[in-house]
Amino acid sequence: MANVPGELRYTKEHEWAKLDGDKARVGITAFAQEQLGDVVFVELPKVGAKVTAMKTFGVVESVKAVSDLFAPLSGEVVEINAELPKKPEVVNADPYGDGWMIVIKLSNAREWEGLMPAGDYEKLIAEAGH
Amino acid sequence: MTDNPVPLKRTPLRDVHAAAGAKMVPFGGWDMPVQYTGIIEEHRCVRSAVGLFDISHMGEFEVRGPGALAAIQTITTNDASTLAVGQVQYSLLCYPEGGIVDDLTLYRLADQHFMLTVNASNIDKDWAWVTGHGKGADWKNVSAERGLLAVQGPRAEALVQRLADRDVTRVPYYHFAQGAVAGVQCLISRTGYTGEDGFELYAPAARLETLWHALMEAGKGDGIRPIGLGARDTLRLEMKFALYGNDIDETTNPLEAGLGWVVKPAKGEFIGRKAIEAMRAAGVTRRLVGFEMTERAVARHGYRLLKDGAPVGVVTSGSFSPSLERCIGMGYVRADLAPVGTELDVDIRGRAHRARVAKTPFVPSHAKKI
Repeated sequence: MANVPGELRYTKEHEWAKLDGDKARVGITAFAQEQLGDVVFVELPKVGAKVTAMKTFGVVESVKAVSDLFAPLSGEVVEINAELPKKPEVVNADPYGDGWMIVIKLSNAREWEGLMPAGDYEKLIAEAGH
Repeated sequence: MTDNPVPLKRTPLRDVHAAAGAKMVPFGGWDMPVQYTGIIEEHRCVRSAVGLFDISHMGEFEVRGPGALAAIQTITTNDASTLAVGQVQYSLLCYPEGGIVDDLTLYRLADQHFMLTVNASNIDKDWAWVTGHGKGADWKNVSAERGLLAVQGPRAEALVQRLADRDVTRVPYYHFAQGAVAGVQCLISRTGYTGEDGFELYAPAARLETLWHALMEAGKGDGIRPIGLGARDTLRLEMKFALYGNDIDETTNPLEAGLGWVVKPAKGEFIGRKAIEAMRAAGVTRRLVGFEMTERAVARHGYRLLKDGAPVGVVTSGSFSPSLERCIGMGYVRADLAPVGTELDVDIRGRAHRARVAKTPFVPSHAKKI
């Protein structure tokens, strides 16, 4: 079973978010990177871009497939992981650490409560993985 | 995820793959391993050592009798009369209009006895086609009773030799021998879909698991790994080998696909000959080329190819090349844009990304040409 850290919140599209004051760090889950396989390309928004909860903010490409990235929360992108275009494979190696994607300055902190806690996300992937 | 009302077909090794931790996916109606540990790692294993593939989903038809050669000559584009017993030939089935029914390998098992290996997703269509048009011969669909493994990579020859009851090193490229490997009676074919040296081993479905485990065990010291369809795809793409349903289909003709070398009008009448000859005389309007992305972006099947913003073709295959560590692809472009070095763009999600027509194969072939 894929690793699902308890302190994070999750989307049904397999992104995670980590709250830090009025900001949230975002990436894709261990389950997502396993399903994608070898990640070879990550397309991220620019710093300053506005993102909306459950709208796409970027794209991740594996050898086999292309997948949209969905913003867990609305706000402004204040930081992006500039290493990812050069080293996309860290998304596979360390999805919750060095494989993070963007930091969002939240425009609506109440959206956090709408994200899935770890237990719910574990149930979701247990069903998806059969 | 889409619902699949028809149950997926399984190769004799389906449970072996699942137990080995393979990620299983539907492919052409079959439940197949797409990867075991990772596509890039598996790809590199085949290029540097040896990999084992279960490709039992492929279909096999046999045809025999005094009319067998004539039937083959009618339905295929290549000249089967030049094929010696023990030899293999790449060939095509074409429609009267010149489109491609399927691509295949043809084996001459005996003077009046041939085997055709066809694509898994086309088995039913091809069976109807060959039996409908290849009259006067005795056809048998042996797909279900026959398993097929591919052993590919620089260490494949030595590995198969250690388990074989005969000298397989003397089997030339696109030839085969009948013999036992690990005690399992096989058709040992020096062919493949990777650009590496190696063999494809046809064996009875009931003995396939024995053969698989024997090769995995004997290949341990060589670094053998099981290889999924994901790496099979990136390996063939680096060689610019066409994949039916992606790069060739009923709407593409052999000439524009670069397969004119397997169309032999001099052999006499065959289905599609007239149409293909007319196309040859008129000249093709588009060509299947290989291209490499000059920026990091992945072109995928169906994306548009552009020149100065205008559509000039379509991507048929595209991926990351583990050997080159660049994104590569294949696609049809207007014939005047086919020369190597031509600058193109690929429309990826509404943005033009630069690409260049590349020399192919993208990496040198190591298939043993002896």
